[in-house]
Formats: sequence, C-alpha cells, structure tokens
Amino acid sequence: MSAKTAPVWLTAGVVPLVNVAVAFLAAGLVVALIGENPVEALQIMLRGALGSQYGLGYTLYYTTSFIFTGLAVAVAFHAGHFNIGGEGQALMGGLGAALVALSLPFLPWPLLLPLCVLGAAAAGAAWVFIPAYLQAHRGSHIVITTIMFNFLAATLLVYLLVGPMKMAGSMAPETARFVPAATLPLMNQMAAWFALTITRTPLNLSFIFAILAAVFVWVLIWRTRLGYAIRTVGANPDAAVYAGISPRRITVIALLISGGLAGLMATNEILGVQGRLINEFTAGAGFVGIAVALMGRCHPFGIVLAAMLFGVLYQGGAELAFDKPKITREMIIVIQGFVILFAGALEMMFADRIAALYARLTGKVVAA
Amino acid sequence: MPPPAIQMTGIDKRFGAVHANNAVSMTVEKGTVHGLIGENGAGKSTLMSILYGFYAADSGTIAINGKPSLIRTPADAIHSGIGMVHQHFMLVETFTVVENVMLGAEGGVFTARGASAVRAKLRALSHAYGMDVNPDAVVCELAVGELQRVEILKALVKGADILILDEPTAVLTPGEVDTLFVLLRRLADEGKTIIIVTHKLKEIMAVTDRVSVMRRGAMVGTVETRNTSPADLAELMVGRRVMLTVEKGPANPQGVVLDVKDLTVRDARGTVRLDHATFQVRAGEIVGIAGVSGNGQSELLETIAGIRKPAGGTISLNGTMLDCGGGDDPTALRARGLRHVPEDRHRMGLVKQFEAAESAILGCSDEPGFGAGPFLDRDAVLADCIRKMASFDVRPADPTLRTALFSGGNQQKIVLAREIERDPRLLLIGQPTRGVDIGAIEFIHKRIIALRDAGKAVLLVSTELDEVLALSDRVLVMCGGKITGERRPEDTNEQDMGLLMAGVSSDAPKVAA
Repeated sequence: MSAKTAPVWLTAGVVPLVNVAVAFLAAGLVVALIGENPVEALQIMLRGALGSQYGLGYTLYYTTSFIFTGLAVAVAFHAGHFNIGGEGQALMGGLGAALVALSLPFLPWPLLLPLCVLGAAAAGAAWVFIPAYLQAHRGSHIVITTIMFNFLAATLLVYLLVGPMKMAGSMAPETARFVPAATLPLMNQMAAWFALTITRTPLNLSFIFAILAAVFVWVLIWRTRLGYAIRTVGANPDAAVYAGISPRRITVIALLISGGLAGLMATNEILGVQGRLINEFTAGAGFVGIAVALMGRCHPFGIVLAAMLFGVLYQGGAELAFDKPKITREMIIVIQGFVILFAGALEMMFADRIAALYARLTGKVVAA
Repeated sequence: MPPPAIQMTGIDKRFGAVHANNAVSMTVEKGTVHGLIGENGAGKSTLMSILYGFYAADSGTIAINGKPSLIRTPADAIHSGIGMVHQHFMLVETFTVVENVMLGAEGGVFTARGASAVRAKLRALSHAYGMDVNPDAVVCELAVGELQRVEILKALVKGADILILDEPTAVLTPGEVDTLFVLLRRLADEGKTIIIVTHKLKEIMAVTDRVSVMRRGAMVGTVETRNTSPADLAELMVGRRVMLTVEKGPANPQGVVLDVKDLTVRDARGTVRLDHATFQVRAGEIVGIAGVSGNGQSELLETIAGIRKPAGGTISLNGTMLDCGGGDDPTALRARGLRHVPEDRHRMGLVKQFEAAESAILGCSDEPGFGAGPFLDRDAVLADCIRKMASFDVRPADPTLRTALFSGGNQQKIVLAREIERDPRLLLIGQPTRGVDIGAIEFIHKRIIALRDAGKAVLLVSTELDEVLALSDRVLVMCGGKITGERRPEDTNEQDMGLLMAGVSSDAPKVAA
C-alpha cells in the first residue's frame, strides 16, 4: 500500500510553486542581510524581466536557450540517464552551425539556414555519442563522461577559436561573421514583415524552434513507439529486455536526441544573435537546463514554464544588479542558486507535507 | 491464565480510498503458533506492519502481554519483544552470521565487545532451540533454510518473545519446511509466541494452533486449527466456496513444439546455472518444472525466451533451431509464436509506473495494430486494454490507472491477458499465481488448462509444488541447475519430489547399476 497518487495539479503545480516561493524567501533573507529591501528587489526584478517589451524580449531570449537544454536533459532522463553534458553539447552545436555557415556561404538561405540548424543538432548529438556508447556498452557512467566532455568541448573550442578558425587579422577569439543567409531573423525584424513594431532585443526565430522542439519532445515521448521504448528502458530496463527492447540501443538513441536538442541551443546564440562563433557562448545554459528539467518534471510543458522562470531570473537579475550596486552579479547567481537548490535538489522536500495537508483538507490520504 | 501475548483491538487504517484495516481485532495467546491468512489485499500485511511499527494505525489499541503499548516505530516493537522475519531476508550477504546478528547492537566504536556478546547469546540460543548455525559462516555461503534460521536468531538475540514470520516457507524445500515447523513448535513450547502470515492452507493446518482469517480489511474469524479444514478456511478467505483442486481431463500430446538439448547457461561470474538440460514439450501438454527457487528454473525460462544467452546446447521451436542470443531475441521469438509470462512480474512483466494500457502492450508495442508508422495510437492501445481487461476480468477495468495500483492478482491477469490473447504456440509461464489471491488462482489455472486443451504447448515453472503437481501432465524437477528427475504427477508424492528437489536422486541406484 505504498503507491498512492496525489492529483497532478498538486504534484506538478502547487509543489513547484511552493519550492519557488521558498527559494525567493531564502533569497530575500540574503538581500535583507546585505541591507537592501527584498520586496523592492523583487519588484525591480519582475519589472525588469516582464515590465517592458525590452525586458520581455530578453527574458524570452534567455528562455529559448533554457528550453533547448531543459528538453535535452528531459529526454535523457526518460531513458533513465542523467546527461549533464548539455553545456559541451551546446558548444559543439555552435561549432557545427559555424562549420556549415562558414564552409557553404554560397548557398541560398532556404538551403543554408536549415543546414546550419541541422549542423548544430548533428554536432551536439555527435558530441554525446562517445559517452552514450560507453554508457550503453561499457557501463561507464554518463554523468562522469559527459562532464569530462564538457571540459573537452570548452578546450577544443578555445583551440579552434585562437587557431584554425580565428578570423584573420582579429585579436578576439572568434570566427569571421557568417553570411546573412546563415543567420536567423530577430523577432523585431520578423514583426516588421507584418508591419508591427517591437523593440529590438536578441529574441529571434529560434524561440519558435524551441517551442516546436517542446512539441516534438512531447509527441516523441508520449505518442511514438520509440518514446514508449525510451520510457520502458528508463523505468524498468529488465522489462525492456523482456519485451525485446534493447536498452543499449535505446540508450544511445535517446542520448543522441538529447545531445541534438542541446546542440540546438546554439541556434539561439550563434545563428540568432552573434552571427559568428564565439568562445563560452553557452554561459551556463547547459547546467541551467538540468534545473529546468527537474523543475518542469521532465514534461515539455513544465520545461517551457520553468525555462521562463529562469529567463525572468536572468533578465530580472541583470536589471537588479544594474539598479542596486550593492546587489552584485554574484548575488544574482546566489539567488539563482537558491531556486536550483529548492526546485531541483530539494524538489521533494515539501511534496509529502503538501500531499498530507491536501489529504487532511479533502479527507483522502495521498502521497506524492 | 496469563494475559494474551498480543491483543490488537479495533485497529483501523485507511490508505486513500482503501480501507486496509477496518476495526480489526486479534488476540494471540502466549506460547501458541498463530496463523494469519487472507488473500492479497485482505489487510494482513498492513495489520502486521502496524504491529511491528512500520505504520501507525488511525485508531485502535495494542496490548502486549496485557500491557497497553504504543508502537510507533520498529524500535518500539523490538523493545516490546516483537521480532519480525521478513519474506525477503534482510541480511548483508558479505557479512558473517555474527556480524549480521549484531547489526544495530555493535556496542560502541569497536566491535569486539559487541561481537563476543552476540556470539555468547547465539551459542546459548542455538543450544536451547537446537538451531545449528556456524556463527562465523559468511552469509552468502549459507543455504536458504539456514538464512532463515539466522533471521530468526537475529530476532531472538534482540530479545523477541513474539515472532512474526511473513510467508516463511516461500523459498524452502518440503524438507526445510518440516525442519522449520519443528523449530517453530519448539519455540512455542518454550513459551515464545509465533505468528505466521501465509496463504498456504496446508501449512496453516500443519503447524498452527489457531488461525485468524482476514477478508477485505476485516477480521472474519479466528478458529481452532483442529476444528477446521482447508476448504472451510478458503471459504472464509474468499467468501464463497472455492475449488482447491484443479479439474482437468487427460492430455492429448501432439507433435514436439519445444526441443531443448544439453542447454547450459552460465551467469556473469561464470558459474553454471543450468547444466545440460534436455527435455521436450509437445503441443497439447503442460510440462511443469518443480524445484526450490534459484535452482536454474529462472535461467531456463529466460534462455528459452531469448533473454539470456546460453553457453552451450540447442533449442528448437517447431522444428527450427533457434539462434539463441543472436537473431532470435524476444521480439523474433514472439513472431514465432513464443509467449512468456515472466516469473517476476514486477521486475520484468510490467512497468509499474506505466498506465495499465501501456503495460498491456509491453513487448507488443511495435505491432501494426497499435498505430501507424512510428506513432502509437493511444485510442487503439486503450481499446485493446479494455478488451483484455474484460476477457480476464481485471478489476478495476480502468486502462488509465497506474499499473502499480492494481492488486497482485489483477496485475498478473494483465500479463496473462497480454501473452495468452496473442494465441501462442508455446507459452512459457513462470510463477503463474505468485502473490495472486485464491479466487484469481482458480481463474488463472482454468485459463492455462484451456490453453493446453486448445493444443498449445505450455512450459510451467512454479516453486509451489502443489501447483506444479495439479497443473502439469509431466513434471521435471530441478536442483542445482540440473534436471534431477521426471515424474507423472499421479505417480509421485511429496516425499519423492522433496528428495528430487534436494538433489537426492531416488533414481540413483538404477543409474549406478
């Protein structure tokens, strides 16, 4: 009698909200400790993130990256694996996009742009292949191998950007600019096609890609035979073997999809904003993806919402650091850390108590 | 007259909508062996968990030796002199007997003093009750019967006067069961109180003084064992008359469907788990494999099902030699008409986190009927599950309910429906009624016999000797990975089977000559 269900709105709605509230409470304490008004800080954050077209644009621009990396973690998680190499896979995604963009500049945009996007996904997937193969066939733990591959990706990119791929005559570790046909339009440019005027922000077409990717992941996981196999391997590998599903094969496939999604994060930063490959462009989005996936319960809808929350934290945090010199950028990272701590690591801390409270209120016993 | 060892009064416990214990009262007299029986989900585990402090009752009181006791944790229970021997032994395999027994009573930073105290107690107890266990033996080298004795000793060393044994005979040979019962009687005669939780009526009749029967969360009666019969107990458990015997006509075996020759299987460490097994199964017959759990039956089933790779030997299905561990994986074998009900439905047969409908397509998810191309058609999957649930009387008939929330019997029916409904030529079926209630057992047995009568070949593995004897047309006995004998159920008895199961071949003189 251990398996009982609480309603979905409780486990997937109320529990994360309580976690976030507690995280903000803890962060508020820290803000108060350094002598600032936490309520005011929260107001500045929310206004900065959501209160203007400019803020909202930036918030959604961050959100885009987090959706991709969050989905990447979620797909691997459904297969029972913890891909924490999103950072490295995203970096390689950037490399893949750049290689296509720089080597085929003569192609027209309807060919070049899709190839660049595919290049990002393929490179991300390729970067996870070795860890995936080692996990599936040698049992090398994916957490260890992917984190090592993050370092490899970072150093490889540095090597390429100060060496073979550096723009001639430049002092900066970056490639030459891509041809316009290899870059994604910004949202304000797209709005202009429909005679709408919105503020120029880094928000670009890849936001739409991210939403489509979320739909793709939902269909994949819950409406395809492959998704069924992935979930079976993740939930009960012995049952998968019994069913004739090869856990090795599915592990590799799921991780390739995961790596591909992480690689697509580069479409936002590299194809959408920078228009060239730069160093360290992921800025931790790969790791934020872990928190986003945990908070979003590995469900695409939850991941989009959680990614937005982190978008608000990033953009609002930047505004806060700008407005309140006492609250430094490092303080913002502390606040984000609290959200990750309470919503990710301590995800279940309040779940049982909330379920018990619900039980007392409704007269039904449930456990999350 | 001394106060009763245990008096549980008005115990009430709810889990959500499930009323697991409904005003249950139970009295156990000191120095008796008391049976507690009931179907799965009748509430006997819940009741014992409350007594041992795993759960708190919503209401009700417990008195131990006449003294009201508040038992909130297992530590309280141990303090009150209650010990529990679980069905799955809670031992650290790489530790010695002494180290296992002293767990939780190490006696400080250094273990020497605790160890010597435990050793002395062990010696005294072994002497007092005739339990012969080497205190320095490493647990993983002990036989199952000995492991159980270690568990009992563990409870006694902690000062238990009341022992709860949960399904204690599930893993024992008939001979070991007899030894256990002698020990339990002796413990009771020395003043210990024993509660046995079981579903085996025969054992209740053999060892208990009194038996309490639970049904659907309520206590339906406590009777003197000598005044009752298995049929009466079964009726109390289920609430209606139940057939305890299986009715079947004579078999009509046809051509050979499964032909196994010299099949040898090694585990990952290279130990031989299955040793040159050779046998055939014909269409229209049920071949049963008897044996104590862990003697190669699982390896045999899993190898034929394509899950394990054999180290040697051949398997032919319908006259075609199989490419074991190669092309003939479970998917290919299904296409050849082999269906498999695995021994452990939780480990292999189902995915507990899935909806029932998803569990009901495990192994069939690539069939064209469940969707077009790469997609799964959810409506088709649900409709298929509703059909299966209707034909196997699965309750509740809700295909969207999580698999884990069904009772054991209904989970097993989902697995059986999935495998039988696909019209197999050969059905491998392991532990068809493990953890399944009596009413469902009757149903499952009928379906297996119907399958045989429809001309299908059935290979049955069960550690329930009665079940193997009742269902099979031929019985193979396994011990230590070898087939130690073949019998017709009508030509054998429990003693004969027990000897074969223990590897003492009664054919031996014949072979020697």
